[in-house]
Amino acid sequence: MSAILFIAGIFLFIGSQGMEFAWNRLSITELLFGDRWEPTADPPRYGAWPLIAGTAWITAVAMLVAVPLSFAAAIYVGEFAKGKQREWLKVLIELLAAIPSVVWGVIGLQVMGPILQSVFGLQSGLNVLNAGIILGLMAAPIMTTIAEDALKAVPESYREAAEALGATRWQVVRKVVLAHARPGLSAAVLLGIGRAFGETIAVLMASGHRLMPPGSVFDSAATITATIAAELGEAAVDGDHYQVLFVLGLVLFLITFSINLLADWIVRGRRRA
Amino acid sequence: MSLLKSTRRLQHLVALGLLSTLVATTAGCWRSGLTRTEVRNLGSDTMLEVAGAWAEAYDKVAEHSVITVSGGGSGTGIAALIAGSIDLANSSRKLKDKERKRAEARGRNPIEHKVGYDGIAIYVHKDNPIASISIAQLKALYGDGGEITRWSQLGIDLGDPKLDPIVPVSRQNNSGTYEYFRESVLGGASGRFKPQCLNLNGSKDVVEFCGQAKSAIGYSGLAYATKAVRLVPVIKKDGSPAVMPSNDSVIDGSYPISRPLFMYTNGEPTGATKTYLDWILGDDGQRVLQAHGYPPLRKL
Repeated sequence: MSAILFIAGIFLFIGSQGMEFAWNRLSITELLFGDRWEPTADPPRYGAWPLIAGTAWITAVAMLVAVPLSFAAAIYVGEFAKGKQREWLKVLIELLAAIPSVVWGVIGLQVMGPILQSVFGLQSGLNVLNAGIILGLMAAPIMTTIAEDALKAVPESYREAAEALGATRWQVVRKVVLAHARPGLSAAVLLGIGRAFGETIAVLMASGHRLMPPGSVFDSAATITATIAAELGEAAVDGDHYQVLFVLGLVLFLITFSINLLADWIVRGRRRA
Repeated sequence: MSLLKSTRRLQHLVALGLLSTLVATTAGCWRSGLTRTEVRNLGSDTMLEVAGAWAEAYDKVAEHSVITVSGGGSGTGIAALIAGSIDLANSSRKLKDKERKRAEARGRNPIEHKVGYDGIAIYVHKDNPIASISIAQLKALYGDGGEITRWSQLGIDLGDPKLDPIVPVSRQNNSGTYEYFRESVLGGASGRFKPQCLNLNGSKDVVEFCGQAKSAIGYSGLAYATKAVRLVPVIKKDGSPAVMPSNDSVIDGSYPISRPLFMYTNGEPTGATKTYLDWILGDDGQRVLQAHGYPPLRKL
């Protein structure tokens, strides 16, 4: 109940901060599809397409990194690891989830950047790939935990039945456990996407913050969250720039909210069935 | 067992409490028991480091005042001055008309004090052989629609065709440095940067990036120079000499991309604020500024 109140309150606050400008002076088509984000130029332009595209690119790369990593980890911890080893691994994964995002950002900026630059012969190591890898690593632990829960929820009797039919361990995992855990696994991916979408400081540091839709993973890019974080501090309160950042926040909120809702719906749907 | 534990915890808490009181009292005694006037100083992130250094150095000479310093940006500092919550606002730009109007509406009278300079240096990787760059070239390189996108257009060969495209490095669009660069190189607030620019979030980040990326060019405060980068001499217009950014060339005005740094007070300063400001403008304060890489108001 209090959670609902909080969410409604946040929604109202963000909405109220940006609404006046959104109604009167902002073209929503320009915001969503305009390709120039120049809020401090004269006259300003508020095209958030580069930010939306950057967010989507970086999140996609993050998932390409996080899904195989977290699923493999979940399968190993849930199905193969035994006793002490299993406990240790679980603690370790939870510890990984506790690394602050600014630390990940520094890793992206000072470690990953130069590495990518020399491995791929790039001009700049601050790009979609860097931010995506960092975000993927950040999202993986929580995805692993949720995926492992999904695997655990598959009844033991299914595994025993499959083994009784002569299936190998790997066949059991692939044909029985994964098939039954699919909704839970999808929820894990969606929550990971939500996490990656909403992350701020690490992407701000690792992405290069170039206000252009990226054309490849080696291009620098900017995200919605990083833009809000970088610009809100100096935008005059109640000015157009300030308000448009809140409108951006609203867009972001709606996206993550629907992703979470979708994840929840998938998990619930599974339980009822 | 649990009772014993909680008693222990209590003991720790009491000990900690006593210790902190002790520390507080000793610290108080050092100041010969006098009450100290607080001067609240807030604003520009560019000036944050030197503002902190001023406060620290001043603390050693002034018995009766204590300076509290924080950052947040020039706009934040001026807003706080208008709100009346601080005594001194640091700003790396002049007051905007809008801000002056807002201040007057609140019955405030912001007065400007020039406290030093900041040279905006052009940074490239240390292996980049470029001898000089003109303001017009910078405009064509950074400005939207400008035709310079490759080092070869400036007659520079970085040894690898992959490095030929220039990576222009800029700052986030609300930093004072960004605004100043736009004004002095791209021709005012209507000037637009190329969308290809990377917009890094700190003065230091720009310099660090240029030290790592061979084909990058960036602008940032003179004070942030490191061994991994080179400073490029700048030509004001055709026919004028290339000037290396330095304290001297900024003070005598020959280096074209430099700006004054300001502190704003509400009305003419009085009391502890006035004493502090006078000290900053005096030789001692200016020496602190110079030691931190910023050109002082005059040759010392």
